[in-house]
Amino acid sequence: MAEITLENVTYVYGKGAPYEMRALDDVSLTFRAGEITGLIGHTGSGKSTLVQMLNGLLKPDSGRVLLDGKDIWEDPKQIQQIRFQVGLVMQYPEYQLFDETVEADIAFGPKNMGMDPEKIREAVKRAAQFTGLRPELLKKSPFDLSGGQKRRAALAGVMAMEPAVLVLDEPAAGLDPGGRREILGRIREYQQKSGANVIIVSHSMEDMALYCDRVLVMENGRLVMSGTPAQVFSRAEELIAVGLDVPQITRVARALRDAGVDIGLDIYTVKFAAHRLLSGREAHEG
Amino acid sequence: MKADIAFGQYYEGNSFLHRLDPRWKILFVIFYIVIIFLAKNIFSFALLILSAIFLTLISRIPLRTILRGLRPLVFIIFFTAIINIFWLKGDTVLVDWWIIHIYLEGLINALLIVVRVVILVAGTSILLTYTTTPIALTDGLERLLSPLAKIHLPVHEFSMMMTIALRFIPTLVEETEKIMNAQKARGADFSTGSLVRRAKALIPILIPLFISAFRRAEELATAMECRCYTGGKGRTRMNILHSSWRDVAALLALCALCAGVVLLNIFAPGYALAL
Repeated sequence: MAEITLENVTYVYGKGAPYEMRALDDVSLTFRAGEITGLIGHTGSGKSTLVQMLNGLLKPDSGRVLLDGKDIWEDPKQIQQIRFQVGLVMQYPEYQLFDETVEADIAFGPKNMGMDPEKIREAVKRAAQFTGLRPELLKKSPFDLSGGQKRRAALAGVMAMEPAVLVLDEPAAGLDPGGRREILGRIREYQQKSGANVIIVSHSMEDMALYCDRVLVMENGRLVMSGTPAQVFSRAEELIAVGLDVPQITRVARALRDAGVDIGLDIYTVKFAAHRLLSGREAHEG
Repeated sequence: MKADIAFGQYYEGNSFLHRLDPRWKILFVIFYIVIIFLAKNIFSFALLILSAIFLTLISRIPLRTILRGLRPLVFIIFFTAIINIFWLKGDTVLVDWWIIHIYLEGLINALLIVVRVVILVAGTSILLTYTTTPIALTDGLERLLSPLAKIHLPVHEFSMMMTIALRFIPTLVEETEKIMNAQKARGADFSTGSLVRRAKALIPILIPLFISAFRRAEELATAMECRCYTGGKGRTRMNILHSSWRDVAALLALCALCAGVVLLNIFAPGYALAL
């Protein structure tokens, strides 16, 4: 299984310079396999820095990053191998597209891994299927695709490496609601089919509530909260204090309680709220 | 990362030099270069060295920063010095061994040339690039060249292009870094293999970079058009350049230096430069 653990990781930008900034401050946490973990925090809270620690794009100034109990920096020359195991989809990943056809672009990662051509073709096909790219699109130039298709092609480029850990930095940013649901749904599906360890960074509380098994909250380079969505979103005051929000339905639940209808504060999806409301009515009537 | 990008050499400050009018500064630099090439013997060179020290002091730029700026020149300086030491013939022989003949004149000549190159680079960068923001520099250049607009040279457009290019250097550097990281995450390797392999490894960076640069250019053009930009005609400026007593003082100081160098060349005896 693929479990990533951070042990007392600290990272400082511009060390020694007047603009020195502590992006990560003694962070310890574990991303468990077989789960989708959501990482939330407002801009500058250290999320993107943390994400770049996981596949060795950045090296911690102190502390260790462990993949299945092994320090990823044990042999710095082998860091490329780590990057094949921990796939990272950066923010707005469509700018990484470069090859002549979508197919060749998706194959870039697997080719770097040294897979043989037959396997590459299969991996590309699978990744395209996971991300919902129609086969006829594979022969097109990536620059002729629409915005949402480009995003999917870029995502497929990382999925094709079949990493045991898939890290996505704002995978749905800038997409319309339909596109958001589509891409996050496909990520969820990929996680369920592959059993991978999936980590999603997002600003959207709604998305986190719907798609994550566990939520971590970052603030000023520190981990301030972690737990199931219900646990985290029931602490609305603290979330608002660190400049974050709670899902709209959680706000509705709070407003209802203040109005005298208490359906609980651990509500974070509309479905669940409806369920509580209905069962409350039954109890009331019955 | 982002903060590491120190574009150009501009050193934030508020010294006498920082507050000179950029139009004058450009002219001063040309004047200073002329003076540097006027110097002929060790006495006038000594005066030049004093002037460079004086410039460093009033600019309030740390000596370390200035020396770091000279680092890329070490090879050229070394090379010119060697050539001058071995090739120049004179009367006083210092070393005469096998095929190596070193004359005192050659040694002094080498020394003076090294001093000239160092002052040329350090002096002009203190006077101009260290103490003038790139924007002020292009602004000054535009104003100086503005008479050329009379003969239909696109002076304003040229300086606008320069301003935009300067503005986008940090943006492109940041973008390059982002793309490199994205491709590294897909296992791209830029640092091993043969030269051809490494050159090929750059393709996944260059193509996205070009595409985004073109996209940015188009967006910028649209944004400028939306704000009714039509070129330099009838355009007024936000920052109007003013000459002040400082510029006059600097001009007088340079004239004095020039006179000093010329007088020392004529009246002080000493080892003259052969070039």
